[in-house]
Amino acid sequence: MKVTIDPQRCQGHGRCYDLAPELFGEDDEGYGRVLGDGVVPPGEERAARVAAANCPERAIDLAEEA
Amino acid sequence: MTVDDRFTREFRQEPPAGTRNEVIAGPVSDWASDFSHLEPEWAADPYPIQDDLRARCPIAHTDRFGGGWLPTRYEDIASIAYDTERFSSRSIIMSNYRPPAEIAPVGAVPPISSDPPFHHDARKLLLPAFTKKEVARREEATRAFCHSLIDSFEGAEVVDAARDYAQHIPMRVIADMLGFPPEDGPRFRRFVESALEGVNLPPEERLARMDELFDYLYAQIRNHVADPRDDLTTYLIDVELYGRKLEPAHVAGTIALLLIAGIDTTWSAIGASLWHLAKTPADRERLVAEPGLLPTALEEFLRAYAPVTMARLVKEDMHWRGVDMKADDWVLLSFPAANRDPGQFDRADEVIIDREINRHAAFGLGIHRCVGSHLARMELRVALEVWLERVPVFGLADPSAVTWAPGQVRGPRTLPVRIG
Ligand code: HEM
Ligand code: HEM
Ligand code: SF4
Repeated sequence: MKVTIDPQRCQGHGRCYDLAPELFGEDDEGYGRVLGDGVVPPGEERAARVAAANCPERAIDLAEEA
Repeated sequence: MTVDDRFTREFRQEPPAGTRNEVIAGPVSDWASDFSHLEPEWAADPYPIQDDLRARCPIAHTDRFGGGWLPTRYEDIASIAYDTERFSSRSIIMSNYRPPAEIAPVGAVPPISSDPPFHHDARKLLLPAFTKKEVARREEATRAFCHSLIDSFEGAEVVDAARDYAQHIPMRVIADMLGFPPEDGPRFRRFVESALEGVNLPPEERLARMDELFDYLYAQIRNHVADPRDDLTTYLIDVELYGRKLEPAHVAGTIALLLIAGIDTTWSAIGASLWHLAKTPADRERLVAEPGLLPTALEEFLRAYAPVTMARLVKEDMHWRGVDMKADDWVLLSFPAANRDPGQFDRADEVIIDREINRHAAFGLGIHRCVGSHLARMELRVALEVWLERVPVFGLADPSAVTWAPGQVRGPRTLPVRIG
């Protein structure tokens, strides 16, 4: 599984880095960014799904195959 | 170095340009064709009204305020928030006054009153000071302040959780960030009430109150020009946009916005959460037993009791999703109604404190996403943590004595709770 953030949609609500701090962080203006290459380590799949489902802007994309 | 004389002249508002309509107040005949968010029924409990409208007339209309619309479906509200081409933020408070079109794209209180492309640049100036990491630095002081408020309850059996607790927290935090004297809190309260609740007052009085706010702000700004400090006011005085420092009206307008947007909203969110817990012992007991659930519960309180409704002005005549909108019609953008749309949320009308999937819109959607959302979440979490730790058992002292603010920011203003 791999996560990406669409910077065109992200408005910096920060739900992703609240809910899945292993996968997402904030930049200097509070916009979300993917940590590392976005490949979700084993055990973090659920956190990735919860983060994506809570993003108010629907900016997070989950690719199941990666 | 030249002296910064931008703020030295006596500053008064220009005589108001823009358009005004007659004030229509009094009981609503039919919410679908005559709605008003300023009537007591709405303040007391807007949700049944919104649910009824969503089912029978999802884009309601009113002739009050010179004409306006009230969408209640999540989809419609989201589309309007995203559509800055057709809906302007030139005024975001639905009232009897429309500022002139020339005020766009800056507006009186950037960035909330700004439209693209200016909006982005004005907003960018604020973002670094409001990231999660930056606001975390204020957590310890906020926690200590919450404890001191609870210390002052010593010996009381009944306290007002809105007036004696919730209200003070955002006032202190924003005063600290701006570098204003903490004892000026009560004055902020008056400014907030004038801007957000005084919408149907006569224009002369609104203007006089606005002058009072700006006189205060310019005095604080001059004080910071003479004596720069490490705070947001000094930052806004010095910061540059397009290679030059900001217009005085931009500096003062942004500070006014932070003061007004930062206080009422957060006070309402803390108050509504405590109100819910005071009347729902099962949720209160669960949160006392499982403090780790608080961040999840807090999102549910924000969804179910979203305090903030915004407004937009229609830019040009158009047919929009089945209704004929006219240029300069208001749209009341009810994030609270969006958050209770059963088309978007399961069991939308229930408060479920462990709701895991919660894509709520309490902080808005799109380019105007609340700049203060990380700060507000920190304040709300700390305020509830400290309260539940210190006052684990409490309940409504007199449910009929609870009062709610009318207008676009809704939360409890009187909230007597029994703590002893
Ligand atoms: C330089 C800045 C500002 C100027 C020149 C200005 C001017 C005016 C004028 C002339 C009115 C019309 C009064 C009436 O007929 O009711 C008005 C209304 C109003 N002002 Fe301001 N104002 C400024 C800043 C602000 C700020 C900082 C706030 C609060 C955040 C604010 C909130 C309001 C509200 C809520 C109204 C009611 C109508 C509306 O939505 O515009 N204004 N303002
Ligand atoms: C629970 C508390 C709060 C809620 C529910 C809330 C809600 C909102 C909403 C819905 C908007 C969007 C406005 C629009 O779409 O027109 C907004 C914008 C804004 N809020 Fe908040 N707010 C809260 C607390 C704060 C705090 C603490 C601050 C700062 C001290 C703040 C500063 C702002 C600013 C500057 C904007 C304008 C952003 C822009 O236009 O780009 N808010 N807020
Ligand atoms: S939750 Fe969505 S909008 Fe918010 S920071 Fe993450 S990606 Fe961006």
